[in-house]
Amino acid sequence: MENFDVIVVGGGPAGLSAALSAAQAGMKTVVIERGDYPGTKNVMGGILYTKATDLIVPEFWKEAPLERPIIEQRIAMLSGDESILAGYRDPAWAKEPYNAHSVFRVKFDRWLAQQAEKAGVMIIPETIVENLLYKGDNVVGVRTGRAEGDLGAKVVIIAEGVNNFLAVKAGLAKPLKPESVAVTVKEVIALPKEKIEDRFCLDEGQGATIELYGDSTAGMMGVGFIYTNKESISIGVGAILQPLIRNNWTPNDLLENLKSKPYVKRLLQGGETKEYLSHLIPEGGYTQVPKLHRQGVLVVGDTAMLMNSLNREGSNLAMISGKIAGEVAAQAIKTGDVSDQAMTVYETRLRDSFVLKDLHHYRHMGKFFEENTHLLKVYPKLFSQAVKMYLTADGTPKKQRQKEIIKMAFEKRSKGGLIKDIYGAWRALL
Amino acid sequence: MHFVVCLKQVPDTSEVRIDPITNTLMREGVPSIINPYDAHGLEEAIRLKEKVGGKVTIVSMGPPQAKEALKKAMTFGADRAILLSDRAFGGSDSLATAYILSSAIQKIQETDPIDLVFAGKEAIDGDTAQTGPGIAQRLGFPQLTYAIKIQELTETTVTVERKTESGRQIVQAQLPALITVEKELNDLRYASLPNMMKAAAYEPEVWDVKSLSFDTKKMGLKGSPTSVSRIFAPPGRSGGEIMDGTKDPAATAATVVQKLFQQNIIMVNPLAKGGKS
Amino acid sequence: MTVAVDKTKCIGCGACVVECPIEALDLIDGLAVVNPQKCNDNGKCVIVCPTNALSLPNQPDQPKQALDPEAGSKFDLKEPLPDTVKDYAQDNQKKAISAQVTPVAGGDVWSGVWVIIEYSNGKVAPVSWELLGEGRKLADSIGCGLCGVITGYQVDSVIPEAFAYGAEKVYVVDHFALKDYRTEPYAEAITSLVTKYQPEIILMGATSMGRDVFPAIATRVQTGLTADCTVLGIDPETKLLQQTRPAFGGNIMATILCRTSRPQMATVRPRVMAMPERVEGREGELIHEEISFDETTIRTKVLEFISSDAKSAFLDKAEIIVAVGLGIAAKRNMVLAEELAEVLGATIAGSRGAVEAGWLTHDQQVGQSGTTVRPKIYIAIGISGAIQHLVGMETSDFIIAINNDPEASILKVANYGIVGDLFQIVPAMTAEFKKRLQHGVAN
Repeated sequence: MENFDVIVVGGGPAGLSAALSAAQAGMKTVVIERGDYPGTKNVMGGILYTKATDLIVPEFWKEAPLERPIIEQRIAMLSGDESILAGYRDPAWAKEPYNAHSVFRVKFDRWLAQQAEKAGVMIIPETIVENLLYKGDNVVGVRTGRAEGDLGAKVVIIAEGVNNFLAVKAGLAKPLKPESVAVTVKEVIALPKEKIEDRFCLDEGQGATIELYGDSTAGMMGVGFIYTNKESISIGVGAILQPLIRNNWTPNDLLENLKSKPYVKRLLQGGETKEYLSHLIPEGGYTQVPKLHRQGVLVVGDTAMLMNSLNREGSNLAMISGKIAGEVAAQAIKTGDVSDQAMTVYETRLRDSFVLKDLHHYRHMGKFFEENTHLLKVYPKLFSQAVKMYLTADGTPKKQRQKEIIKMAFEKRSKGGLIKDIYGAWRALL
Repeated sequence: MHFVVCLKQVPDTSEVRIDPITNTLMREGVPSIINPYDAHGLEEAIRLKEKVGGKVTIVSMGPPQAKEALKKAMTFGADRAILLSDRAFGGSDSLATAYILSSAIQKIQETDPIDLVFAGKEAIDGDTAQTGPGIAQRLGFPQLTYAIKIQELTETTVTVERKTESGRQIVQAQLPALITVEKELNDLRYASLPNMMKAAAYEPEVWDVKSLSFDTKKMGLKGSPTSVSRIFAPPGRSGGEIMDGTKDPAATAATVVQKLFQQNIIMVNPLAKGGKS
Repeated sequence: MTVAVDKTKCIGCGACVVECPIEALDLIDGLAVVNPQKCNDNGKCVIVCPTNALSLPNQPDQPKQALDPEAGSKFDLKEPLPDTVKDYAQDNQKKAISAQVTPVAGGDVWSGVWVIIEYSNGKVAPVSWELLGEGRKLADSIGCGLCGVITGYQVDSVIPEAFAYGAEKVYVVDHFALKDYRTEPYAEAITSLVTKYQPEIILMGATSMGRDVFPAIATRVQTGLTADCTVLGIDPETKLLQQTRPAFGGNIMATILCRTSRPQMATVRPRVMAMPERVEGREGELIHEEISFDETTIRTKVLEFISSDAKSAFLDKAEIIVAVGLGIAAKRNMVLAEELAEVLGATIAGSRGAVEAGWLTHDQQVGQSGTTVRPKIYIAIGISGAIQHLVGMETSDFIIAINNDPEASILKVANYGIVGDLFQIVPAMTAEFKKRLQHGVAN
């Protein structure tokens, strides 16, 4: 049996970041990936945040396969055929130090894997880790599904993604529940770059994103998104699995629903679907975070439910948690103490970083939306109606119009209800 | 014994599509795989090595990215992998490709005599089945194509079962020989973890046009007598009559059968097997 | 300014690289790349590009029309010339133009269309006769002779057949060494005929024998070979053989030319070309070629031949095929197809999906990676009709498809497409066939 310092289970952003930082700290590191190569099994919306990635591979933008730097983020609230739009645009985001890029996970992760290999990480693809190896109570390695498949390690980092079989087997996490998992479906639609730049008002090479709320998920908890790539547009929807099952919708129904919206249709017009992807993502959130460590084991990324669904941030949390885990593992191995106690440093450092701080901040959000399912049904319509009334020029004095709007709002939602919703939202989000 | 396996990295043709509007090949996002027939050739070489001892050398021609296919091939338990990669090789047809591969095999042979060369019966992206025989002819080896079984391997001969349209031919050839293989020959292995690790750490050798005493006139586009003059989507067959069989399946079925008889497409034949009750 | 390459269209065939007279194009990583320093915008590459991937930037919409290859010489002639020079120039112009279109084939010593007649185990592969029919058309287009080549042992009975199917001349190599098919003596026999008599085109069936011996011959005579053609033609101007074949798993068709060497060699799929009329008693020139084989130098020997009697082995010759796809859902439902096949005396086959599901064996697979079939009747049950399947069966004479998906591609190639539940329709058809065929027996 061959021995390593660190075994990383899973070659996604979290696992590769963990392996890279462990190898950079001089650890003999291996990544075991179940796909053909790192990236093949990975799906995400397709936005890579610069800051977190820069910490993993400094100035990655000079080499990594990226699509477009994002200079504009729009938010659209859909209600029937109507939409309310808001957005922020900063052309400075087209230059260093950037804010975010659209990427194709398959290409980017492959590149990230090459960086890890350059740092000395060994990557073993097409291999499934079946279990942890124990000596007494201590984890001493992993057992893979291959012949002569045991590997020894001082620390195992579990980065297996949302399907947390190994973390469950190790007694660190609970099996997934439909209410804590979201499903994302995404299509990549090819369009000539000039058309993309025209439709999104972009200079050459620049990118934009749109988040779509309200009817984009037919009132179920979730969000739609549109990202511009070099010569294609990614469009997708993420929604919590449980309501989907309850309403007997398939993920594809969700996507078709979004694509049929007039505002969206126009953006995609004439494009041709190149790829269709679907994947589970952890809804995540502070209350979902499992036990993050034990003797000889650290849990990172999606497996650790490190997902800020409100800001759709997952990959940057994953990468930072991976980086910290790799560093903590290396430090523990160097000092010869990989006990549970030594591993708590990982959790402490996560708490000190934005990763757990952000999740803690939004800890009430999931529950708030779960308990107030009417929010996503009532408010898009209400807001849309209000804006429409405000903007429609028909000779009504503005003062009277404002009164009408308030009256309309109270018809749709009682005064007490409105106040309760606003207070709830304030507590959950601010 | 020394076994050489010729291997090609190919696009997974089950995922290649032609754009019906622009009439062009949609290659983007098509994954690359080891040509499946070649993989069975490799498997057989490894099995023979495990049985009689010796070593397995893999040779491939392709762009630098084909290294991935070679690394993957190494997981089977091969000993050496060589990638022939040079811009000068680009655009080679099967005649030129066979020239390049056979030149490389000759060079391998100088230091390490070869007993058997394996190749797939054809590559799934070209389906030409020409490169294997081309290599055999250039090397002066007997060629045994469409092998479905290696019956016997001795110090000097190999006996192979070949598949033909009318039956199976059992052929014995003197070594060294070249065998092209069908998928039926064996089942591919699931590599062991130590072999996976060996392959992950292995860096294939890359030979370019300067590594060999090549005649550059015989390679690339200039060395290829054939060239593509036109590419187009396969002609569609014009559609016939579509019937809705969802409402009354039995009646629709009966109508179709009736039409077949009326048009003499099926004729009442007293000798038809269906006559018996 | 320089020629622009549309990378999404370029398939890396290299036609432009060969065509460019000033070597301004190269193939890098499978794509055409223009060297802007060398490119002089002569547009030759634009004309030759099979996928319209190349364009001259100032005339992107109509490159082909805009570039008449004769335009240059015509333009020159508009200049007033002295009378004496004029005649000379006109003369020269004709020469220049005719030189451009001089048939590379046909005018040289290489002449005639040959068909290699496959004879083994006492039987001629029918594709040999199909090719004599096709060869006739090619020979007529070129204006040359059509010859048959018979290699084997005790082949006398085959000779009158070759004439009957249209060969004007027949070359025979009859030798004990050719009793069983082996690459070495067969390749040697045919190669020596080719180098001696220099045909410009040789054809053979894309059978296991044709696909074994032709590459060997092509390598020995150092010429181009196109495998598995489904369409052949003659370019009216250059008289080159246009060899069309499916590529990339049948997703595209490619027409291939062999410009620079002779003979032009092609293997052709069985049952794609029409069987010619057989004229009993037709005669022609017979040439017996004596070739001595030294058995000690032949390094292969055939120990045994086990002929296969499984119906599936003759899938490509079946008259009626009942084929199943994943739509039948489970192996136990095979009985539906088997009952129908029993009634019709049909052979069972299926799609790749059905084979991979383990319901059928690989040699029952129809399609690109299986067998190409051309039965009189092809009944497709629960087959969606992936392109790989269609290329293997769409030349069937009559296609009936049953599928519950009205969008299934198979319905687009079917003569009769039935949209509906196969579990109801197939048994109903079986019963109806049974009734009528039994009725026929009763009469």
